[in-house]
Amino acid sequence: MRMLGRTAANLFWLSRYVERAENMARLLEVGYRMSLTSRREGGASEHLVSMMQAAEVDEGFDAKHEVADVDTVAHYMMFDPDNPSSVFSCLMAARTNARSVRTAITTDMWESMNGAWLEFSQIKPRDVRGAKLLGLLQWVKQRSHEFRGALLGTILRDDGFNFLQAGNFVERADNTARILDMKYYVLLPRATQVGGDLDIQQWTLILRAASAHRAYRHVYHDRYKSHNIADFLILRPEMPRSLVYCANYVQQNLDNLARIYGRREECHDAAARLLSMVEETNMDVIFNDGLHEFLNEFIARNNRVTDALSTSYNFY
Amino acid sequence: MGEKTPFDEMYNPDGSVREPYRALAGWLAEQPDKALALMQTDAEAIFRKLGITFAVYGSEEGTEKVIPFDVIPRIIAANEWRRLSKGIEQRVKALNAFLYDIYHRQEILKAGRVPEKLILNNEAFCPQMMGLDPAKGVYAHIIGVDIVRVGPDDFYVLEDNLRTPSGVSYMLEDREAMMILAPDLFHRSKVAPVETYPENLRRTLESVAPDGFKGSSPNIAVLTPGIYNSAYFEHSFLADQMGAQLCEGPDLFVDGGKVYMRTTTGPEQVDVIYRRIDDDYLDPLTFRPDSMLGVPGLFDAYRAGNVTLVNAPGTGIADDKAVYTYVPDIIEFYLGEKALLQNVPTYNCTDEDQRAWVLENIADLVVKEVHGSGGYGMMVGPTATKAMHAEFRKKIEARPDNYIVQPTLDLSTCPTHISGDVAPRHVDLRPYVLVGDEVRITPGGLTRVALKKGSLVVNSSQGGGTKDTWVLED
Repeated sequence: MRMLGRTAANLFWLSRYVERAENMARLLEVGYRMSLTSRREGGASEHLVSMMQAAEVDEGFDAKHEVADVDTVAHYMMFDPDNPSSVFSCLMAARTNARSVRTAITTDMWESMNGAWLEFSQIKPRDVRGAKLLGLLQWVKQRSHEFRGALLGTILRDDGFNFLQAGNFVERADNTARILDMKYYVLLPRATQVGGDLDIQQWTLILRAASAHRAYRHVYHDRYKSHNIADFLILRPEMPRSLVYCANYVQQNLDNLARIYGRREECHDAAARLLSMVEETNMDVIFNDGLHEFLNEFIARNNRVTDALSTSYNFY
Repeated sequence: MGEKTPFDEMYNPDGSVREPYRALAGWLAEQPDKALALMQTDAEAIFRKLGITFAVYGSEEGTEKVIPFDVIPRIIAANEWRRLSKGIEQRVKALNAFLYDIYHRQEILKAGRVPEKLILNNEAFCPQMMGLDPAKGVYAHIIGVDIVRVGPDDFYVLEDNLRTPSGVSYMLEDREAMMILAPDLFHRSKVAPVETYPENLRRTLESVAPDGFKGSSPNIAVLTPGIYNSAYFEHSFLADQMGAQLCEGPDLFVDGGKVYMRTTTGPEQVDVIYRRIDDDYLDPLTFRPDSMLGVPGLFDAYRAGNVTLVNAPGTGIADDKAVYTYVPDIIEFYLGEKALLQNVPTYNCTDEDQRAWVLENIADLVVKEVHGSGGYGMMVGPTATKAMHAEFRKKIEARPDNYIVQPTLDLSTCPTHISGDVAPRHVDLRPYVLVGDEVRITPGGLTRVALKKGSLVVNSSQGGGTKDTWVLED
C-alpha cells in the first residue's frame, strides 16, 4: 500500500518545521550575542533587525512593534503565534503534522514531538529573559536533536524516511544560506571594516550560529578568516550544515525515492540544479560575483526543489 | 430499590474477599502509603506523553484531556466470562440476522414480533440499504456491548453499540499502563491478553473484503473525520496497530464505482473501509449534501459491491434504544433460543397506563432520550433535583415516544483509588466484539467507573474514568 500524498507532504513539513524551530533559535542566539558584544557600535537594534531580515520575518515584526530590542525581538521570534516562523508556530505546526501522520511515524518520534510541544506550551514568555533566554534557545536545539535522534534510530528506511529527510535538509540549506546572508546585512553599511576585528568577530558569531566554531579549527588549523568561514559553511562536504552537504543529502534522498518508486521525476532535475551550484564553483568566484547574490540564487533554487517535489509526489 | 447496598465486585457482604480478587487484595494490603497516589501521577504522565487524549468540544481549539485512569483493576473470573461471552455472541449473531432481515424481506415485521412503525419511521433506518447484500452478510462488524452487573450472577445489557463504538484504544492502553505500573501484580495473576485485538480486527476486516476481491490481501483504510475529532487518537492508534491507511475524506475519491486513495504514485484502490464517520456524513451525494467529511460517491461504490463499509450504514436501527426492548424477542425469532443475557426492564411511555405509572414514580427511574448518547439527554431520578423531575415529566408528556424509562439499576461497585484512599465506585463494562468470518470477543473490555461518590453515570464526557479489566484464565 502506497503512502498518501497528504502523508508525504506532512512528513516533509514535519521535519522542516522541527529544523526551522532549531534554526530560529540559532539565529536569535547569534542576533542576541551580536547585540551584546557590539553595544558601543550604537545599540542593539541594528543586529537584531539584520537577523530578522535574514529570516525574512522583519516585515511582520515591523507591523507589530516600534522598537527592535532584545525583548520585543525575542518574543516575536520565540512566542508570537502571528509569526509563522516563530518557535511557537513551528513546534505547533510540527506537532499538528505529527498528529495527522501518527501512523507514519514511530512512537518514539511522536513522543519526542508531543513532549516538546507540551513543555514549550507551558512556558510563560514573560519569564524568559537574559540568561533564561539563552537556556531556552539551548532547549529548543536539544529537543530538535532528540527528535532527529528518534527519527534516525527508529524509522524504517522507506519512502517516508526520505520525505522526512528531504524536508530536514531543504530547510537546513535554506537556513544556513540565511545565516550567512545575515553577515551581508550586518556588514553592508560598513564595508570599509572588512577584515577588521569587528568583522572577524561577526564572522565568528556566524560560525557559532551553525554550531561550527570548534569544528572550524579541526578543518582549517588557522585563525578565523572570512574566506575560510564562508568556505566552511558553503563548500565543505564534511560540514553537516554546509550548503553542499545539504544539497548532496537532498539529492541522495530524492535518488532513494526514485529507486523506491521506480521512476525519476521533475524534482530530481531541480535537486541536480541545486547541487551543481555548490559543486561547480569555489570561494573566489563566489566572493567575486557577490556572496549575497549567490545566496539568493541558492535559496531560490532550493525553493524550486520543494515545489517540484510537491508536484512529483502528489503533495496536497 | 431502597437502601440495599450495591453488589461489591471485591468483597462479600461478610467482608471476606471474593475469589477472583484474592491476589489483588493481597497486593493492595502490601502497598505502602501514597504508593497508589504515586502510581496515579505516573499513569497521568504516561497517558499525556503518549497523547492518549480526547478533544473537548466547545472549548478552545487544541484543548485535549486525558481520561482519568484508575490504577485498581477490575477482575472477572474465567467462569463469569464464559457466561458473558456466550451471551454476547448470541446477541450479536441475532442482531446481524435482524439487520439482514430488516433490509431484505422484513419477516420479523410481517410476523408482528417488532412493530413496523418502530422500524420504518425510525431515523436510524436507512432506506438506501434495502436489498443490498453486504459481504458475508455482516452488518455490524465491530460492536461494543454495554453491560452492568447487579449481583453475583446478574448481568444486564444496557445498550448494544453497533454504529461506531469507541474506547477500544483505552482498553489496550489501560492494559499497557497497568503492566508498566504494577508488573508484580501481573506476576501473581493469570490474566487473559487483550493485545490480540488489533490483529483480530485486521483479520475481521480482511474476512469481509468485497466478494469479488482476488488479490493477496485487501487494502484497508480507517476513515476518520480528522485530528479535531474527539476520538482521533483511537482512529490513528487502530490504523497504526493493524497496519492500515489512516484516511480523511479528501484522501479518497470514487471513480468508475471504485474507491481510490491519493497516493504518492497516483490512485490506489481501497477494498475495506473501517469508517469512524457517522452514516449521515459518509457520502454527500447520498446523505447530507453539506458534509465535508465523507467521500462523494462512496455509497454507490458500496452498493456496487466494490468496497466494504465497516460497520454497514443503517446498523443504527438495531441499537436504537426503542428497538433495544425487543432484543430478547429478536434472539428468539432468529435463533430459536432464549436470551442468555437479560435486558433491563423498560417502560413504554406511549402506553397510557405505563406512562401514568412512570410520571408518578419518576424520582426512582432513569429516563433516556431514544437517540441520546454519551450521557447527554438523560436523567437519573434518584440523584436529580425536583425541578429536573418536573422538566422530564413535561418532556415525556410532550413526546412519549422520544424517551425510554428504566428502573435505576444498582450497578456493582469496584474498589477505586480516590485521592489516597480506596473506596467503592459504580462501574459498567464494555466488551468489544468483532464479527466477520467468525465472532471474536476480546477477553475483558473497557470498565468505566463513576468517580463521583454515589454517581451512576460513568461516561467520560460526564467525569467518568476507566480501569484495566482483567479476565482471569483457569
